[in-house]
Amino acid sequence: MFKPVQLLADWLVYGVLGLGRETLAGSSVNFFVFDTIKIFLLLACIIFAVSIIRTFLPPSRIREIILKKSRFSGHLWAAGLGIITPFCTCSAIPLFLGFVQTGIPLGVTFSFLVASPMINEVALIMLFGMFGLKIAALYALSGFIIAVISGLLIGRLDVEHLLEGFDVSKKIQNAVFGAEMPWPERFSFARDYTLDILKTVWPYVLIGIGIGAWIHGYVPENFLARWAGADKWYAVPLATLVGIPLYSNAAGVIPLVSALTEKGVALGTTLAFMMAVTGLSLPEFLILRRVMKLKLLFIFFGIVGAGIMFTGFLFNFVMK
Amino acid sequence: MKKIQIFGGGCAKCAKLYEHAEAAAKELGLDYEMEKVGDYQKIAEAGIMSTPALAVDGKLKLEGRVPTVESLKELLK
Repeated sequence: MFKPVQLLADWLVYGVLGLGRETLAGSSVNFFVFDTIKIFLLLACIIFAVSIIRTFLPPSRIREIILKKSRFSGHLWAAGLGIITPFCTCSAIPLFLGFVQTGIPLGVTFSFLVASPMINEVALIMLFGMFGLKIAALYALSGFIIAVISGLLIGRLDVEHLLEGFDVSKKIQNAVFGAEMPWPERFSFARDYTLDILKTVWPYVLIGIGIGAWIHGYVPENFLARWAGADKWYAVPLATLVGIPLYSNAAGVIPLVSALTEKGVALGTTLAFMMAVTGLSLPEFLILRRVMKLKLLFIFFGIVGAGIMFTGFLFNFVMK
Repeated sequence: MKKIQIFGGGCAKCAKLYEHAEAAAKELGLDYEMEKVGDYQKIAEAGIMSTPALAVDGKLKLEGRVPTVESLKELLK
């Protein structure tokens, strides 16, 4: 699929730059050029396509779909629709109130809140580009299951009294707006959105791929297996903890992690790390504090964190 | 007089939308009044779930993005 890109990278590196095919520098630079072109192509095309879909599904439309579902299928729909909704920490509160106050159950709201940042298109594209379709699909599926189960569990617990900072009994009406748009506007929305994302992520992608290419070329094979192989019990919890403060840098972290996996970090550990980067975010935690007590936040993070670690251990165990 | 409301909890994008909207209104030579709505309950009640958002005379026009001054002029007309 990316053969033309490989040919282009070969021509640039071995032809134009004149680096030797068999040298370390040659293979590292080739790796860097190939991955960079491939990732930016994927990002531009897929984000554009997803943005077009989004113009048909503004948040109010998504809320309407979820409102009409029964409790259990509500969780599935919330987690599924969370995937295509962009998540921005600054919108977390209006989103939360907009769900809870129109009558969407708290647990279903949490399914959405877990899936939306964790399974986002940038992370999925990066995973697909650096690890392949199978890993990206495993990641999306695990994230979906974690979102559904976390929401179901929180819905089961009696936590309504742990909400604060707003009037829980207040009801608001759902009104769909923004779904009607002429096609030229859909295109300009998608173009602007794609450029916006590319502008934000490009330095991280370049740095991530750059360091990744260096590791690829210069760090010995299986160098990390001794510390982070599948048989090391502490690798998964440690990776989860380290991932928490790296929020919003999925674009830079994934190329790096792909190089580390190549050098012996187990797959489950990698998945747990990625999920912690996207799904457990400190800024989100802090902002949600405005509408829920600390105890509920810890329950939320605890359940999602446990789900992430379970996924990590499971994959390490199965792949061993 | 047109009432232009910008909804958002004070993130960088909200400030940018405010700036763009004001620039668009000025370029159109509108008789306008700007208002910032930062209260989350009011934002949610307006039906907004993705900030920043913009309403003209109480009618929601867009949410979750910052268009260029040019495209905002279309919305404000």
